[in-house]
Amino acid sequence: MLELNNVNSHYGKAHILNDLSFSVSRGEVVSLLGRNGAGKTTTVKSIMQLVKPTTGKVEFEGKALTALAPHQVAKLGVGYVPEERRIFTDLTILENLEVGRQPPRDGMAAWTKERLFKIFPNLEERKSNRGKALSGGEQQMLTIARTLMGNPTLLLLDEPSEGIAPVIVEQMAKTILTLKEEGLSVLLSEQNLHFARLVSDRAVIIESGEKKFDGSFEELEANSEIRDAYLSV
Amino acid sequence: MGLFVAQLLTGLANAAALFLVASGLSLIFGVTRIVNFSHGSFYMLGAFIGYSLMQVLPGAIGFWGSILLAGLAVGLIGVVVELLVLRPVYKAPELFQLVATFGVILVIQDLALMIWGAEDVLGPRAPGLKGIVRIMGEPVPKFDLALIAITPFVLFALWYLISRTRVGVLVRAATQDREMVGALGVNQSWLFTGVFFLGAALAGLGGAIQLPKGGADLLMDFNILASIFVVVVIGGMGSLPGAYIAAVLISVLNVFGVAYIPQSTLVLMFVVMAVVLTVRPYGLLGREEVAGEHGQVGEPDKPIKPAGWMARIIVLIFLVALGFLPFVAEPFFTILATDVIVFCLFAASLHFILGLGGLVSFGHAAYFGGGAYVAALLVNYANSPMELAFLLAPIGAGLLAVIIGWLCLRLSGVYFAMLTLALAQLVWSLVFQWDEFTGGDDGLVDIWPSAYLSDSTAYFYFTMVFGIGGILLLRHMAHTPFGYALRASRDSVRQAEATGINTKRVQWVAFSIAGAFAGLAGGLFVFSKGSIFPVELEIAKSFDGLIVVFLGGVKTLSGGVVGAAALTLVQDYITRFEYWRLALGLLIIAVVIIAPKGIVGSINALFRYRFTRGGDEVKE
Repeated sequence: MLELNNVNSHYGKAHILNDLSFSVSRGEVVSLLGRNGAGKTTTVKSIMQLVKPTTGKVEFEGKALTALAPHQVAKLGVGYVPEERRIFTDLTILENLEVGRQPPRDGMAAWTKERLFKIFPNLEERKSNRGKALSGGEQQMLTIARTLMGNPTLLLLDEPSEGIAPVIVEQMAKTILTLKEEGLSVLLSEQNLHFARLVSDRAVIIESGEKKFDGSFEELEANSEIRDAYLSV
Repeated sequence: MGLFVAQLLTGLANAAALFLVASGLSLIFGVTRIVNFSHGSFYMLGAFIGYSLMQVLPGAIGFWGSILLAGLAVGLIGVVVELLVLRPVYKAPELFQLVATFGVILVIQDLALMIWGAEDVLGPRAPGLKGIVRIMGEPVPKFDLALIAITPFVLFALWYLISRTRVGVLVRAATQDREMVGALGVNQSWLFTGVFFLGAALAGLGGAIQLPKGGADLLMDFNILASIFVVVVIGGMGSLPGAYIAAVLISVLNVFGVAYIPQSTLVLMFVVMAVVLTVRPYGLLGREEVAGEHGQVGEPDKPIKPAGWMARIIVLIFLVALGFLPFVAEPFFTILATDVIVFCLFAASLHFILGLGGLVSFGHAAYFGGGAYVAALLVNYANSPMELAFLLAPIGAGLLAVIIGWLCLRLSGVYFAMLTLALAQLVWSLVFQWDEFTGGDDGLVDIWPSAYLSDSTAYFYFTMVFGIGGILLLRHMAHTPFGYALRASRDSVRQAEATGINTKRVQWVAFSIAGAFAGLAGGLFVFSKGSIFPVELEIAKSFDGLIVVFLGGVKTLSGGVVGAAALTLVQDYITRFEYWRLALGLLIIAVVIIAPKGIVGSINALFRYRFTRGGDEVKE
């Protein structure tokens, strides 16, 4: 459903992504692994068109994304959960969810605030609180819930476990598995190998914007060379 | 007691239009982060369009219908401005958008002149509300009571829209993080256009609704600008109830000011603002702005370098050639060249604080005019010799900048810019209204230089020495440790602080230096003209400075000087035409869209591209 083909991205003169190609199939959870500065966030932003790839193709359900604006990419069904969370701190939780709301999509049950509160009960308790009153974990939950309000078919999660207490990370893992059962595909950018293995089917490892590994976790397990070279475990 | 109540009611009625216009400005700023200078022009258009409609639509329905239609029409004009002028420059540094909206002011001024002529028009009175009612024995116009009743409804409608509807939620979200709103599937460019429509429509409504009280004229645009800035700043940027409270406060104070201390009506508004901001730096109901609103945005540029030998020789040859000007050209050109040098020095001093310091001062004319007035007052009252007065001009202007800088530098970003504008207006209104001391509108005349400089050629050389000397000194400072510290404070306050630079102090000193050099330009100016008028302290003068710095190129060293020379020469040529403002406005908009790096920046880029292919950069 998502396919990157020889994608190159730059920040000014700095060359961040280097001929990067990989894909995510329908219903699959793929982890994008790599160290700090490996290009994970840039990959996610290049899919979302928040960073415009200089060359290469990004296709979603057969449609080229590179000519589109971020809001058009979102409309097609790509949900973006940014690393910095970027919740609207002056808005209440309900209002934050409202910003994310988009019309229902054919062939899937639309997300409503009520359904989301079942998955994220903490948010319901504080639904009239402003975003800035939330803890880091709650903010992360809100970011995911807000994106789900757009009824995406593919979720881009950029380092959701960063800076969050271990208990919450476990909760997050359950959430991702729930979403997978709902039929969502997920691209999860992560540094936390343990967390990634819990939820995903496949791993893609990048370093300096180049793909170094693409395969199952069993293969990765067996290949200690790759693990030691590109992951800081 | 009756009189007191009547005046209170007049103040409340006057607040209606002020609130409408200011709330539009506040909304537009909140979402687009653009300080829309052309907002006063939307207000003026609302008045003129409303007036024309009222001529053809009869009765009470026609009157109120005209007001609504005028609002709608101005809203659509706002959309055109947004689509044609602002959309191409959203990605450019924020300050270019300011200059673009300034171009819009000029264009609208001339279009209004073409359509409605230069005569002021008297607004028709509201059908059915023509009379007065007596309240506690005092006459109060019925129309005033209608305005007082309408305004809270408008406030409520706006508040409802912003805080209770989906559009309002999106607007507030976009105020905080536009990109994220876009990534969630909202087409934010239409959100921007919608907000621009609403903001412009509010300004148009404000213009049309005050017709029975104030009529329409071609000066309304600038006249309201300072007031709405003050209202928005006092109320707190982005706060609608704040804008209402501030509009009422300013209008009521103004009415009482006229009644009891008529000499200080203009000053009063700015004094109130200064007091409010001293206690609450972000306005009555405003919240602290998140950082990241610096003038310099976008990709960091290569650091500027001192001029190379080649450039120095070229400049030297040019200066020598300039020195021969009086021998080869008519006296007119010598005088024009004197004007150009004075304006270049003024622009260079603004560039120093804006380009190198990243501090957008909207009120730089205060120091230019301030310096000129210091010299003129000394000559006029103390019979001081020209040399002493000339020496004290930059010192006086520098001291003014020390005070204003101290007040303004507690704020940053747009608040800083607004406060510099308002305090400059305070200086202007002091000079304008203190007739006995400053001559008011009649200015101060007979301020001539000493005998040995009375000849225009001699004064030209005098100007060359001090004007060009000043420009070179300012340039030199960019490459001293102080200049490095200033640029560091511009690029990253935190990193600069971490390396031991007291950024606030550096900026304060730089602000004062810039003020002093503007004062030097003012000193040169007053003795070349022999007179000084409050017009040299006006907003328009400050904007002239801003425009030339942008036209020349903010991020280049020579930008201010080249822009100033270009503008003075272009202006000298095009002001011969009837609709020169239209031409200049379109030219400014074109430059902003086509050459956002300014004249010098674009030439540099061209040279880099042609000759060096990304290697060593060409020196300025």
